[in-house]
Amino acid sequence: MRRLPIYLLLTLAALFFLLPLYIMLVTSFKTMPEIYNQGILALPRQFDLYAWRHAWSGATIGASNQGIHPFFINSFELVIPAVIISTAIGAINGYILTHWRFRGANIIFYLLLLGTVFPFQIILLPMAWVQGKLHIAGTLIPGLVMVHIIYGLAFTTLFFRNYYVSIPHDLVRAARVDGAGFFRIFWRVMLPLSTPIIMVTAIWQFTMIWNNFLFGVVFTNSDQQPVTVAINDLVDTVTSVHMWNVDMAAALIAAIPTLVVYLLAGKYFVRGLTGGAVKG
Amino acid sequence: MGKLILQDIHKSYGKDEVLHGINIETGENQFLVLIGPSGCGKTTLLNIIAGLEQESGGDILLNDRRLNGLSPKDRDIAMVFQSYALYPSMTVRNNILFALENRKVPKAEREQILMDVARMLQIEHLLDRRPRQLSGGQQQRVAIGRAIARRPTLFLFDEPLSNLDAKLRVEMRSEIKRLHQQLQTSMVYVTHDQIEAMTMGDLIAVMNEGVIQQLGSPESIYNDPANRFVAGFMGSPSMNFLPVVPREEASGLCLRVAGAEGDGNLLPVPPKMQGALRGQLGRRITLGIRPEQITDPGSAREGEALHSIELDVELLEPTGPDTLVFTRLDGHSLVARVHPSTHLQIGSRCTLSFHMERAVFFDPENGSRLA
Repeated sequence: MRRLPIYLLLTLAALFFLLPLYIMLVTSFKTMPEIYNQGILALPRQFDLYAWRHAWSGATIGASNQGIHPFFINSFELVIPAVIISTAIGAINGYILTHWRFRGANIIFYLLLLGTVFPFQIILLPMAWVQGKLHIAGTLIPGLVMVHIIYGLAFTTLFFRNYYVSIPHDLVRAARVDGAGFFRIFWRVMLPLSTPIIMVTAIWQFTMIWNNFLFGVVFTNSDQQPVTVAINDLVDTVTSVHMWNVDMAAALIAAIPTLVVYLLAGKYFVRGLTGGAVKG
Repeated sequence: MGKLILQDIHKSYGKDEVLHGINIETGENQFLVLIGPSGCGKTTLLNIIAGLEQESGGDILLNDRRLNGLSPKDRDIAMVFQSYALYPSMTVRNNILFALENRKVPKAEREQILMDVARMLQIEHLLDRRPRQLSGGQQQRVAIGRAIARRPTLFLFDEPLSNLDAKLRVEMRSEIKRLHQQLQTSMVYVTHDQIEAMTMGDLIAVMNEGVIQQLGSPESIYNDPANRFVAGFMGSPSMNFLPVVPREEASGLCLRVAGAEGDGNLLPVPPKMQGALRGQLGRRITLGIRPEQITDPGSAREGEALHSIELDVELLEPTGPDTLVFTRLDGHSLVARVHPSTHLQIGSRCTLSFHMERAVFFDPENGSRLA
């Protein structure tokens, strides 16, 4: 009973955070007249799927009226290579910074750390210049993929470096005496121990890249935009009436992949952040 | 097969020199022990032999093949680590096979070697387990098995027994020794445990502050230490050190314990040392004598020149096979080792015999051996 206040407080906090989600959900299943005539918290009288269907394949976004599904696909085409490549490079970087140390390794590491505190806006102009020089400006692949890989490297390297620091260096020394080289040690000794940190890094990168709006809006042309930018356009494209139910459905569709990733791999995320070391 | 020669090995980290010219030459298939306190450079030296660290100068030769600059995998060596360093994600089988796969040994031959090694170390029933499912002793066996499977010219051991409990350590000690007989291969073994060094080594290099203090057989290291550091480091309990002053008496050359009140006790100098000590007349020098060389008269062997003194018993430590007597000679504490059947009581007096023939003498300033 003494715990009652705690539970009460937690329940209130949960309600507070879930309320917007609730409003989005019920609104997305309502018809427009219902939205206008009923309270914002009321349940829909009947579950109407029109807004979801329209948001997915019918809504007008920019010059197209195919809904958000092409942009949803764009986001996947962006996030899959960007997550895989940035995680892979981060793993190699972390492995080098911990087990193949060289003169100046610490300086490089601290410079990389600096990369984690840069706001997005700082790199916009230099990156646009580089993309222009490489003639990939405005493209999703490879343009925007490259932006996310480079911006993500500081984070992925940091994650892997801090994880690999806890793996005993004797393993690498033993493997070298056993005749394994740089990549073979990485592949056979380090990677099999890395599942938790790969999960953490992949979830982190997936959410960061999937939810990112700024890079998408700056670096891609209209038909190549990721879903976050498309939702913004959808909401901005006002015809006669503002379709609140369609806006809500589109936003929910865009949120589904990150939710799924958390549900599937969330336990690794907690384990990877708290577990850390491999006990020999 | 295996003959290791280290010539003038130097190692510096920046301005810090940690190895100051190490010279060692082993015989065929010898068991070389590197021993010294932590920070003496013994592990650095082992890493240099392994190729895991780069020497700053000097040559490493294995069977007349120069190893300098070769990567560890090309040196024909295997190494056992203090932490065992078993690959956590691999089974025991794969831990042992890893080095063979890296060397592209044919599959049939790999399986044969695996079976031989497993049988030799009695780990056949563990092959499908992972390291974390093994006890410390089993992990140690697997680590040794992994090294043996390579059939190297030289084995390197980096304090392999220091994480084991006392009983297991003694068992593994004799097992490694037996393995050395069986494999007929050179081994270099780093330890800070002087009992391991004495029991296992054919050749012991006692190191301190990056310098070899003495290189020799266990017997010569123990009985004929080159300097005070070696004398004090090897042996447990440690050798007794007493400040003494040689002087000429009617009975011949004697030692008077420094700081004694009145005349104090006089210890006779055996004839073979008189020549060397006569040059030190009136000067304070250090007498070194091991606890077992101060014993009850009954334990003395026949024909040994003894000098008996009656002393107070301050403390007794029965260890089982013998009893340690803590006493004081002219104000300086002293440990003696007597037969356990000797009846002694704290506070009583006892007669202790000094085997002066076995005593050694050092210069108190630089610790060098005088006689």
